[in-house]
Amino acid sequence: MPPAPPPSAAEPDPFISPDEAKGVSLWRGAWQRLRRNPTAILGALIVLAFIVIAIVAPLLTPYEPGSAEWSGEVTPTDVPGPSDNHVLGLDRFGSDLLTQLLFGARQSLVYGVASTAIGLTIGAFLGVLAGGLGGWVDTFVMRVVDIMLSVPSLLLAVSVAAVLGQNAYAIMIAIGAAQVPIFARLLRGSMLSQGRSDYVLAASALGIRRRRIVMGHVLPNSVGPTIVQATLNLATAIIEVAALSFLGLGESDPANAEWGRMLVAAQDRFENDPQLALLPGAAIAITALGFTLLGEALREALDPRSRR
Amino acid sequence: MLRFVLRRLALLVPVLVGLSILLFIWLRALPGDPARSMLGQRATPEGIARINESYGFDQPLVTQYFSYVKALLTGDFGSSIQDGRPVVETFFEKFPATLELGFSALLLAVVLGVPLGYLAARHQGRTLDTFVVSGSLLGVVTPVFFLAILLKLVFADWLNWLPSSLRQDPRIEATHITNFYVLDGLMTREWDAAFDALVHLILPAVALGTIPLAIIVRITRASVAEVLNEDYVRTAESKGLSRRIVSRRHVLRNALLPVVTTIGLQAGLLFSGAVLTETVFAFNGIGEYLFTAISGRDYPVLQAYILFIALIYALINLLVDMTYGVIDPRVRVS
Repeated sequence: MPPAPPPSAAEPDPFISPDEAKGVSLWRGAWQRLRRNPTAILGALIVLAFIVIAIVAPLLTPYEPGSAEWSGEVTPTDVPGPSDNHVLGLDRFGSDLLTQLLFGARQSLVYGVASTAIGLTIGAFLGVLAGGLGGWVDTFVMRVVDIMLSVPSLLLAVSVAAVLGQNAYAIMIAIGAAQVPIFARLLRGSMLSQGRSDYVLAASALGIRRRRIVMGHVLPNSVGPTIVQATLNLATAIIEVAALSFLGLGESDPANAEWGRMLVAAQDRFENDPQLALLPGAAIAITALGFTLLGEALREALDPRSRR
Repeated sequence: MLRFVLRRLALLVPVLVGLSILLFIWLRALPGDPARSMLGQRATPEGIARINESYGFDQPLVTQYFSYVKALLTGDFGSSIQDGRPVVETFFEKFPATLELGFSALLLAVVLGVPLGYLAARHQGRTLDTFVVSGSLLGVVTPVFFLAILLKLVFADWLNWLPSSLRQDPRIEATHITNFYVLDGLMTREWDAAFDALVHLILPAVALGTIPLAIIVRITRASVAEVLNEDYVRTAESKGLSRRIVSRRHVLRNALLPVVTTIGLQAGLLFSGAVLTETVFAFNGIGEYLFTAISGRDYPVLQAYILFIALIYALINLLVDMTYGVIDPRVRVS
């Protein structure tokens, strides 16, 4: 068999992706792939719209959330539908439905981000501790994580909410607690796999201290999967916030509109006014869809194997 | 295989003991106490002291824990503080309901999910695939309780095709042996009772099964798609094996491993959804009972139920690992 001719400059080398050939960094490459991915764009648009609505909610509606100002217009069988003053009509307590929905985005964003941040911080700490120190610390931490995983997440959240009482922090911690094992496992896994990688071996051969290796090399390389997981967890967190409300353990202040609570309140008004349940339900699903699409697109974009 | 199973069962012991200790401390850290929630408005310091004494809540924690374990070893799980009934009794009444619901939901998810995912992978990029993929995405993001409400609204309230609540029509006189209503109906040959219980299961099972269904579809599709690209599949096809044999011997066998893992994982996760589904359909399972037990600080009920749920979860994981060996000879236990 004759030796293969050396690849000419014009012909791309089949073994090196165009990104690598140009020397594009992981993040820039990921960004380029994201921009070309329609589902990523859809996800990003939904997430962006959700965040913007959550922030500027007061500017989008002249009304206050939870003000039962028009409660006189609500009868036991009928909730007033769309009118000039109320684009989507009222809810069963006599508040403006659109206002409730817009402010609900705010609650979901705050709770979702805060609980994911709590889960991420504690989970990452435990994971790095276990993966970095190894030995009995690893065994102990991972057994605790196993135990946490063996209790259903909702039960964990409900019992945390029961301990801390019914306030905003309790809800955040309750939902964050359920995410701790996920992040702990993720970070431990990547600590272990990277601990065996060549660059870490090289760094430790150079006599760099363990802490610096972890902080300077291992952690930055775990950022990608962590961001992906956090994005996906935001979707779950938003659903779980609503689930807690649905069970009567969520946000209890009527001045703070919350999608899950809107759903519960709508339950006995179904027959005549299904929009009361359909709209908040759809809001939860669409928001979760946005974060899921974005998270999965990020995962694909950051995964070197998916580069073409 | 036997040694592997025994080893795994042995490893389960420390996890369960650890969980029981954590649970014990955790539950007693809950603010509020059972005596107070039991007596409610009528609580007097003497009354509270008397209840605490009769349940042993005034003893040091370590003593309480050891007498609890001692009772457990003799099969005594204690009685509910709320309704005074033995934990074992309510357990055999309510757990079958939740298991029946969870099992039907999972069965639905697997029976529909694996073939759909396989078909989607076989028809990648075509209409069927697009349809299945977008449908499954929708399934993943729809909250269980919202779906449950929607199903109830459409199929029970509007169309009146299916019952909207309970496990069986109370007007039917049914004999209950195991409290798995469908099974009971079949065992006693009360066909109408079995059928009625089955009909009552449909909506809750669909609501609960949708998320696992969507996830199983996605994993199956991804996994089959990956295997279809492998060289050995191309080899098998090019040496003239029929498509059916290639799918069965080469594609499915290799693609099913991650699917089995997912099914096991979903089985474990089903519980949270079951609580919500039971709430919507007034399906008298453990969901609501546990829920009131938490607010009533019902230690005996919580301890026993949560431990049992964890045990089931661990057994499901073991079952998953054993299935690996059946599907893939390479992981046949070392």
